[in-house]
Formats: sequence, structure tokens, C-alpha cells
Amino acid sequence: MKKIWSWGALVFGLLYFTLPLIGMTNFSLKMRRGEYSFDAYQKVFADPRFQETFTYSVMQALFTIIFGVLLVVPTAYWVRLKLPRLRPVIEFITLLPLVIPAIVIVFGYIRLYNTSSWLPLTGSLTGTNILLMFGYATLALPYMYRAVDTGLRTIDVATLTEAAQSLGAGWATILAKIILPNVLVAVLSGAFLTFAIVIGEFTMAALLNRPAFGPYMQLLGANRAYEPAALAVIAFGITWGCLGLIQLVSRFQKSAPPKA
Amino acid sequence: MSSAKPDASPPARRLPLHWLGILPFAAFVTLFLLLPTMKIVVGAFQTPDGSFTLDNIRGLFTPSILAAYWISIKISIASALLGCLIGFAMASAIVFGGLPKGIRGPLLTFSGVASNFAGVPLAFAFLATLGPVGIVTVFLRSNFGLDLRMLGFNLLSFWGLTVTYLFFQIPLMILIITPALDGLKREWREAAEILGATGLQYWRMVAFPILLPSLLGTLALLFANAFGAVATAIALTGSSLSIVPILLFAQIRGDVLGNPHLGYALAFGMIVVTGIANAIYIWLRSRSERWLK
Repeated sequence: MKKIWSWGALVFGLLYFTLPLIGMTNFSLKMRRGEYSFDAYQKVFADPRFQETFTYSVMQALFTIIFGVLLVVPTAYWVRLKLPRLRPVIEFITLLPLVIPAIVIVFGYIRLYNTSSWLPLTGSLTGTNILLMFGYATLALPYMYRAVDTGLRTIDVATLTEAAQSLGAGWATILAKIILPNVLVAVLSGAFLTFAIVIGEFTMAALLNRPAFGPYMQLLGANRAYEPAALAVIAFGITWGCLGLIQLVSRFQKSAPPKA
Repeated sequence: MSSAKPDASPPARRLPLHWLGILPFAAFVTLFLLLPTMKIVVGAFQTPDGSFTLDNIRGLFTPSILAAYWISIKISIASALLGCLIGFAMASAIVFGGLPKGIRGPLLTFSGVASNFAGVPLAFAFLATLGPVGIVTVFLRSNFGLDLRMLGFNLLSFWGLTVTYLFFQIPLMILIITPALDGLKREWREAAEILGATGLQYWRMVAFPILLPSLLGTLALLFANAFGAVATAIALTGSSLSIVPILLFAQIRGDVLGNPHLGYALAFGMIVVTGIANAIYIWLRSRSERWLK
């Protein structure tokens, strides 16, 4: 009896989740009348706008990851080592981007950093790109911080630091050669998740008027029939790839010999 | 768990230099998270020339804006409730249902992927499935003569959006609630059975009260999750369905409401709604964690 219910719930769920995936895949292959073909994909890949926006978003994602790691790892390390009383506060702040919708945050950017403000980031192209990158770093903050902080929990930060210091290491050396390698898996998990978030992000890029992949997809969706389905398949593949890589690196860590 | 607690706490109070370590972080969140939000909150109570006013907030109470909030809240509640319910059913199926062990891992992995598969592509996937020429629509029409449109279903509507949002709501529920279900100790069930409880009684009087805070908490999180979703809604409906995020998006783009400061109030309203939902979440979460240690 219980088993029937369980299977029922599972089958219902699987049906609900696979149908849209089948639907988009099927639709993306039907561009040529009467037969399956990869025409929609060819059209998408050949579109210079696709290449431009996709490259743009990949670059944004990479910069966001670099910036996020440089910001989060030292902070999380420092808070654990020297300011443990501050942890709840920092944790609360890092969770705020889940509470405040992205559209509200970017609205604040537009009003705060416009051309007539004290920091006119939206006044120049580079400035807007940097602002968008900071926006993405904000969106990724909850995931990045949690991943790194969880990673730091598994190592003895204080002892490692003291050992390194007694051997004459400075802060930069400790961070780069002791802490970072020890939480590398956590950092990578955060990085892949950041990539998955940034690559298809729509709201911030659209409102800051940057040629990112998300707004491109939306534009194509409003004007074409089959290409959007192909894009959906590609985007799903990217998300799957990122999450798969997270699984892979964390399995890699589990099979490694336990740390002394 | 290794405890990384610094026992002999270093002479922190003597050296204010310690605080310099989090200066970059503090500067970043202040400039790009706290100040922008403050700007919106303050702006909601200001006239264009900067003096204090409640007119913007009052401006929200027009029928069209109230209707937008109402349908947004309805969609968020419906997709959160259904997401919780279905997610709970699936999570308990893999935890207690006696299904093959091999299902659990892939399902959790898939949940991780699906909960992140939101935004524009998700809308495309559902258009290709339940849209006018979607695979399910066509299948039902040609095989059973059922016309979804005649039955009143439209993807660009309350139910359409709710069904679409479920694609990331259900997996999120599974991801959050599975650890909580794992935390239900077997001893509790055995103790209840020894005392003569039926399965239903165990669920009603033991498991459910323990899970309740985290269930309600997740409900609040899913609510906020749906309430703030912009990309899926825009890609799905264009601007034909007037929900708050779409309205705000149009307002930021081109001041469709004819009063720039009404946009602040609109955004402020969103912060208030998701803030309340998440305050409930945080409060209930801290209560539920006391039990699951």
C-alpha cells in the first residue's frame, strides 16, 4: 500500500518533470517540416548575436567568480578565525539577496549610480559592465558564502593558521597556500553554481541594457518559433553540466584520503 | 565534526585592527546590497524634490496596482503550496517509501539542476509543452479531442504561471525537506509503535509537529522565490499578465505609471512582502532546528 503511494508520487513527479524536457527537445528538432533535424541549433549557433551574447555572459560569469572568490574566501576565513561573534550577522547579510528580489536591487543600482550621482557607474560602458558584475556577485553571494563557510567548517582553521604562522608565513601565503587548497572543492562548487546563475540571468542585464545571453534569449523567444526551444535545451545542458561538475568535484574529495 | 572554536580567544578587544579584515566585504555589501535597497525604501517615502511624503504608498492602493499585487500573491501562494505538497510527497517517497535505493541520488541531483533551471529557458520549455502547439496540447487534441484552450487552460494565466513555477518550486522543496525527513529518528517511530500508535497517529502526533516549522518555513521561502521571479514571467507572457515584477520591470524601463516615485513604492511593496515571508521562514527555521539536532 505504502509502496503504491510512493511509486505514484514518484511517477507523477517524473511525468511532470520529463514532459517539458521532452517537449522542448522535440520542438527544437522540428524546424524542418515533416522530419527531425538540427536546423534550429544550426541557426542558433550561426547567429553572431548568439556568439556575442554568450561570450559576454561567459566573461561576466568568470569575472564574477574571480571577484566572488577573492571577496568571500578571505572574509569567511577571517570571520571564523578572528570574529566568530560576527558570524550570525555576516550570515544574515549574505542571505539578504534571497529576500530582496533582484529586480529591486538593480532598480536601486540604476537610481544610485546614474550619471548624475557621486559614483556614475552607468555613465560608461566599462562602468556598467563592472556594475553588472557586482550585481551578479551579489546574487551569487548566498551560495558562494555558504559553500565556502561549510568548507571551512571541516578544517581546523585556527591550528592551520598557527602552524603556518610559526613557520613564518604571512597572511597572503596562508590564504593562498593553506586555506584555499583546503576549501577548493567548496570554492569550485560555489563557482559552478555562480556560473549557472550568471549565464542565463535576465533581469539585471536587461535593465542595465547589457548584451547578455539572458536578454538575447528573451528577444529571440518573442520573435522566433523553434530557436527558443533549441536555446532552452542548450541552457538546460549548461545547468546540468555545472551541477554535474559540482557532484564530480565533491565525489573527488570524498575519495581522496581523509585529511590528518 | 571538528570543532574549530578558538578556545583561548585572542585579545580581540585590544586590537581594533581585526575589524579591517572584513572591510572589503563590508564595503561591498554596503555599496551594492544595502545602500541600493535603502535608496528604494527611502525613495518610496519621498517626493521627486526630496521631501517626505506618503503619497507614493497611497498611490499603490489603486485598483490596477492592487490587482497586480493580488495576482502575484495568489500565484506565489498557489505555487508554494503545491510545490510543498508535491515536493513533500516525492521526498517522503524516496526517504520512507521503500523505493529502490538507486533512485534517491539521481532524484536529488536532478532537483539541484531543476531548481536552478529557471528564468527564460524554463518559459520556452513550457511553451513547447503546454503552449498552443506544445507537445501535450497537440497530443491531447489529436488523440482525445481535448482542447486545453476550450477547457479554459491558458499558459499565459494564473494557472499557467503556477504550473510553470512548480518546475523550480518542487525541486527546491525536495532539496530542503529531504534532510529534515532524514532527521526524523527511527527511535521516535519505534517508541510510538510500542505505545500502540498507528502509522497515521505517528504522523499526526509525532512527525508532523516536528516537521511543521520546517514545512511552514519552506513554504515561506518558496513564496518569496515565486514572488520575485521576473524572467520566466516576462518570457512566458510578454507583458500581457500584469503581475508586480512585470509591472515594476516596465516601470523601470519606461515609467509606465507616470510617476517615477511610484516605482520606488512598487519595489518597496515587494521588499515588504518577501521580507515578511522570509522573516517567518527564519523564525520558524530556528525553531525547527532545535528538534533535528
